[in-house]
Amino acid sequence: MVKKEQEIANRPDNTAFTQQRLPAWQPMLSAGIVIPGFVLIGLAFIGIGVALFVTSRSIQVMELDYTGVEQTSPCFRCSDPNVKNCVCLLDFSIDSLFKGPVFFYYGLTNYFQNYRRYGVSKDDDQLSGNLDSFISPSDTCAPYEFDSNNKPIVPCGSVANSMFNDTFKLYQIISGAKNQVPFDGKGIAWWTDYNVKYRNPSVTPLRDAFNGTVKPLFWPRPAYELDPSDPNNNGFINQDFLVWMRRAALPDFRKLYRRITEGDYTQGLPAGNYSLEIAYNYPVLSFDGRKKVVLSNVSWMGGKNEFLGIAYLVIGSLCIVMSIVMLIVYAKFKFPEEE
Amino acid sequence: MGMDFSTLRTLISRYCVGEENWVDSRTVYIGQREPPPGTEAFIQQRFPDNRITSSKYTFWNFIPKNMFEQFRRVANFYFLIIFLVQLIIDTPTSPITSGLPLFFVITVTAIKQGYEDWLRHKADNSVNQCPVHVVQHGKVVRKQSRKLRVGDVVLVKEDESFPCDLILLSSSRDDGTCFVTTASLDGESSHKTYYAVQDTKAYNTEKEIDSIHATIECEQPQPDLYKFVGRINFYMDSEPVARPLGSENLLLRGATLKNTEFIYAVAIYTGMETKMALNYQSKSQKRSAVEKSMNAYLVVYLCILISKAIVNTVMKYVWQADPNRDEPWYNERTETERQRHIVIRAFTDFLAFMVLFNYIIPVSMYVTVEMQKFLGSYFIMWDDEMFDEELGERAMVNTSDLNEELGQVEYVFTDKTGTLTENNMEFIECCVDGHVYVPHVICNGQVMPGAASMDMIDTSPGPDAREHEELFFRALCLCHTVQVKEEETVDGIKHGIHQGKSTSFYISSSPDEVALVEGMKKLGFTYLRLKDSHMEILNREDEIERFELLEVLTFDSVRRRMSVIVRSSSGRLYLFCKGADSAIFPRVISGKVDQVRARVEHNAVEGLRTLCVAYRPLSQEQYQEVCQLLSGAKLALQDRDKRLAEAYDLIEKDLILLGATAVEDRLQEKAADTIESLHKAGMKVWVLTGDKMETAAATCYASKLFHRNTQILELTTKRTEEQSLHDVLFDLSRTVLRQHGGMTRDTFSGLSGDCTDYGLIIDGATLSAVLRPTHEDSNSGNYKEIFLEICRNCSAVLCCRMAPLQKAQIVKLIKASKEHPITLAIGDGANDVSMILEAHVGIGIMGKEGRQAARNSDYAIPKFKHLKKMLLVHGHYYYIRISELVQYFFYKNVCFIFPQFLYQFFCGFSQQPLYDTAYLTLYNISFTSLPILLYSLIEQHINMDILKKDPSLYRDIAKNSLLRWPIFIYWTLLGVYDAIVMFFGAYFLFDNTTFTSNGQLMTTNTQMMFGNWTFGTLVFTVLVFTVTFKLALDTHYWTWINHFVIWGSLIFFVVFSLLWGGIIWPFLNYQRMYYVFMQMLSSGPAWLSIILLIAASLLPDVVKKVIWRALWPTTTERIQNADKLYKGHLSEFTPLASLHAPSKAGHHRRGSGTQRNAPNPRRSEAFTKKIMFTRWQKTPDYCTFTPLLRFADGTRHTKQGSAYNGAGPETSV
Repeated sequence: MVKKEQEIANRPDNTAFTQQRLPAWQPMLSAGIVIPGFVLIGLAFIGIGVALFVTSRSIQVMELDYTGVEQTSPCFRCSDPNVKNCVCLLDFSIDSLFKGPVFFYYGLTNYFQNYRRYGVSKDDDQLSGNLDSFISPSDTCAPYEFDSNNKPIVPCGSVANSMFNDTFKLYQIISGAKNQVPFDGKGIAWWTDYNVKYRNPSVTPLRDAFNGTVKPLFWPRPAYELDPSDPNNNGFINQDFLVWMRRAALPDFRKLYRRITEGDYTQGLPAGNYSLEIAYNYPVLSFDGRKKVVLSNVSWMGGKNEFLGIAYLVIGSLCIVMSIVMLIVYAKFKFPEEE
Repeated sequence: MGMDFSTLRTLISRYCVGEENWVDSRTVYIGQREPPPGTEAFIQQRFPDNRITSSKYTFWNFIPKNMFEQFRRVANFYFLIIFLVQLIIDTPTSPITSGLPLFFVITVTAIKQGYEDWLRHKADNSVNQCPVHVVQHGKVVRKQSRKLRVGDVVLVKEDESFPCDLILLSSSRDDGTCFVTTASLDGESSHKTYYAVQDTKAYNTEKEIDSIHATIECEQPQPDLYKFVGRINFYMDSEPVARPLGSENLLLRGATLKNTEFIYAVAIYTGMETKMALNYQSKSQKRSAVEKSMNAYLVVYLCILISKAIVNTVMKYVWQADPNRDEPWYNERTETERQRHIVIRAFTDFLAFMVLFNYIIPVSMYVTVEMQKFLGSYFIMWDDEMFDEELGERAMVNTSDLNEELGQVEYVFTDKTGTLTENNMEFIECCVDGHVYVPHVICNGQVMPGAASMDMIDTSPGPDAREHEELFFRALCLCHTVQVKEEETVDGIKHGIHQGKSTSFYISSSPDEVALVEGMKKLGFTYLRLKDSHMEILNREDEIERFELLEVLTFDSVRRRMSVIVRSSSGRLYLFCKGADSAIFPRVISGKVDQVRARVEHNAVEGLRTLCVAYRPLSQEQYQEVCQLLSGAKLALQDRDKRLAEAYDLIEKDLILLGATAVEDRLQEKAADTIESLHKAGMKVWVLTGDKMETAAATCYASKLFHRNTQILELTTKRTEEQSLHDVLFDLSRTVLRQHGGMTRDTFSGLSGDCTDYGLIIDGATLSAVLRPTHEDSNSGNYKEIFLEICRNCSAVLCCRMAPLQKAQIVKLIKASKEHPITLAIGDGANDVSMILEAHVGIGIMGKEGRQAARNSDYAIPKFKHLKKMLLVHGHYYYIRISELVQYFFYKNVCFIFPQFLYQFFCGFSQQPLYDTAYLTLYNISFTSLPILLYSLIEQHINMDILKKDPSLYRDIAKNSLLRWPIFIYWTLLGVYDAIVMFFGAYFLFDNTTFTSNGQLMTTNTQMMFGNWTFGTLVFTVLVFTVTFKLALDTHYWTWINHFVIWGSLIFFVVFSLLWGGIIWPFLNYQRMYYVFMQMLSSGPAWLSIILLIAASLLPDVVKKVIWRALWPTTTERIQNADKLYKGHLSEFTPLASLHAPSKAGHHRRGSGTQRNAPNPRRSEAFTKKIMFTRWQKTPDYCTFTPLLRFADGTRHTKQGSAYNGAGPETSV
């Protein structure tokens, strides 16, 4: 009797799980499923690819290098680092209507915003408006933590210090007269950066918060005077500053400068001659970099990017090719086995 | 390893503790009484108290000791180093990324171990404080167990367990015996009898005990539970009297007193010196083949890691040769950095790269593998099919480390008795001087009593033989160590015989003896009891005969016989000896040797176990001589065993042969089926037994180890007597090799020997001759090699007449042979322990010969037949599972880290991490860990029933086939490919283009630039999905848990990312991931590219799978296809045979004979196949085909020549 009970006590649970007999779906990657699957995926990808490619083709892009390396370049004069407050004019023409909204970018090449030491050289605490960090910035900001008089730099660090400071004005030349194309600089940064992540200290006027601090060494003006035209676009929530602070992933990058959405140019830039007035401040020749401006419009899939469309087409056709190969293999070697 | 360590420890402790421990024997004063002065100068020794400490730590040393032990593990140490590097130098990732998981693992382990140790402390305390009764000054005093000292006399009552190792002085039973169960020591629940010292057995009150004045000399404690030698000296009068002590007097701590009211005993080993404590050493760790390849891969990855770091460091300094790149104006260094020496800078950079790429070593793999093994072993224990109703036992897992090794076994070494057979003996017949007696056991369902049941086959014996007959029956009734149990409820005993009113049982450690005594009973001679050293026999005339038992010369496996010396009531002295024929015949001087030998051989061929019985009349003088010899040997403290053996050798001579017995041991249920399955699975089965050749051979035929058409090669003493060993060996090897056309066998021969049907029989003596290193002749030194060569070509080998140690020797020999095959040893008895410990996988049968084998094994199963499921199903599954686990882990970490490596080329080699810290930390811990763990627990690529039905599937995974280098390289390349697709896919999307979200002017939220973290997040998202889908593609068995875990972990990743980016985390000093994931998902192109990149990553693997499956399917895949075709009912309706071989058409088209050895068409083994091909063509006649191979067989004939036009399956033998 005792023995019997023991037996039952020692007997393993007879459940589907313990006996490894749970009901299961047992799919098989056999040719019969994969070939039609590949055909379907291939067709879908080709479809998407064609759509992307066509869309991408319709996007207009105009790229203008203004580094001034060549002597013929209008900005050649400005590329000398000893020349200060240099302004150069870049003329170009547009053949047909550049459909709006047109986006105005500046681009830098060979510029490593993704250096690790560069990337960490900022103080997020400071940038979120914490006044304590104004007085004693984070160590990560070195060597742009304190100036030579040991005053704290605000905003500290390499990223802020090296903010792009060329400015641009675009004119359409209509029968010899310069008609300024209005730029829209609002909302070019991330909404969350502008509204949540970066905060000015809640001190009015803003400049009082910066008492006892100095501006970054490279900057012409302190942070609270970044945009003299708009008092709400100053300090750490200046749109250009926010755009700069979002580090680019790769050494050749573009950043959004302005949008052209207003006035006569809502529909885009009409054909004609244009003149770009550049306040040339930013040195790039020392590290063999280039500066350029880019005008582009966008579609439902973003800016011009032929890669995505081509990649879809390639993968899609690969799928089709593979399904054909598999079909051949299948027909040749699979069927006889089922005799 | 464990043994070495313990010897080392004893040595060290000896040196440290001081000189007194140098003494090899100890002297114990019973009752702490000094011996009378001047008797002998004993060295006063100090002994430890009876405190047991099983705990590892104390309160003080817990933290340092535990930390030390944890950091001895490679994984933890690696993490620690990385963590320290991160602390010391400026590295790309914060120390938290490795510190946090490390801290977590260490803390959890420490808490677990601390808790376990606390429990041990508690248990120790309760044991140490439990009260014991000690006799002091004639009174019984209660003491705490830990205060017990060597020399104390202890009173133990029924059902109490012994507090330390004790010498039994007296018991409540008159004959001075007591019964003990050692269930907690070795698992044997049967009662064992122990004997009190003869001179003190009468002292059974406190007063009397207290008056004993004696000392005990005995050896220092040693762990062997069954060995003990000592001597007790009594100081009765002036002259001290010495008596021998043996293991029959020694009660071990941990055993429990049964069926005896109380005993008095004296403590001789206490505390940590008890045999139980000495036995608590862990066994040496076995490591599986998978683990070995895992470590090899790890080394490869370590090299990759280091070379990556070196490449990047070098590249960095080459690239930075231009000062503007080294330090552009926008990224200036601090003064201190500038002043640092270039070598230090380079070294720091190297370390930083190491830290950045350290995740390529999948440290979490160790944790996952351990969890997989631990949890996985439960499925073995839970298996209802491996539960034995009769025994009430289920499979036991003692080491979970070897689950996958069960799928790799190539050689199976099995014991015969109790493993292949039931070990349930039944007396069949006996023969006296050639006259055969067979008991008619059952007549109309009733046991017939007395002489009527005796059936004489031969002519009735003459008057002369009458005497022999009488002696023979008495010999069998007297020459044994069987005890009679009269209680009804004795657990663990199966042999019940009803005798009148009361029920009595015969119990013995050897089932043969019980069978013989029971057989004698059926023939009319009933052994009644041993009373006052007189054995009582009820003879055929219902008279009680009494014999005084004078000496027992116990059985041992070297002598292979036992004897008793008795004095009959008429005063005549006899020595009765019973043993194996080989042990008896050389010592026989008269008797009808030839007739008996003929009968013995006849019975052995029938598969019966035979014993011979002989006697020797002793004169009084001879007896005196014997007594002297024995007592001299018994009192020896040193080499007692050897001296006893010598004495026995002298005594057991000049025997007169009486006759022989035959006992049948039935084969275990399904033993033959199991062996056949193992054979089909490509395993070589060796039977190692101590039995004689003919018996063993018969069992082998019965269990289908040998078939009728197996060509038996003999390598036995009989043959080596005729020819020299040298010639025999060369002869055999020539025979075997002729078949293969003199072709040298390659490393795969272990597998491909399936159609050679040779069986080898070798006996112990010849084996030791083969293995004996020969010094005189260097040429014959390679006997071993030739022997191995022969064995390799035999599908079955029978080794008979083996001593236990020889079994281990054989296993070792095969293990060390040049293919390094995986061996498995299975056995049930103490004599199998050595081979169980030696083999890669040791399996114990929970048999009738105690639990020693089961206790020392890695896995224990109730019956031999369970081996089939254990290997073919569990072993196969776990091998598949763990190999996928290992490969997948390396793969997913390549995918993970390689993009980060590539990124360095685009960020000026500045060690910028591609992924956020949270992603780096959690990738292996939570995003991708659970699906693979679950896969490795429940994946079933083929139905369980098919695996059992078709053992040849086992060959698909033989020789670690899923962890070979080509496969590893394939996985690694796949990982590199995926990484390249992911990285450059994202690169081209970001490069110089406006990769933006929806550009419509609808909200202010337009035209955002994506920064470097978005880039990393995009790659990471593709990565997590790709590796998870890759696993999903490999999963063949989707239960709801798989769905839950796979989709669940993807959803977890998304939810985590949303959450991680959705909140400004107050404890972080950077908010770089804020809204990155959401911004990415709000962009159409990001979605499109994620889909594209996942598809592109998975594409080649899918194509490869489909094409391989169609072009070169493995047997597994064939069966899978067929199973699909028949919608899972394959196991019931379809013969699997046709699936093994591709059709003839397929053959011709592929233009090679590669699929010829159908059960194992392996793509990477063209070489082997060629060899197979040749062999098949040359010697078709030697092959036997199992039904499953029929189709292949047919193909062979068609291919071979047009003569056999279209020969079909019927050609199979």
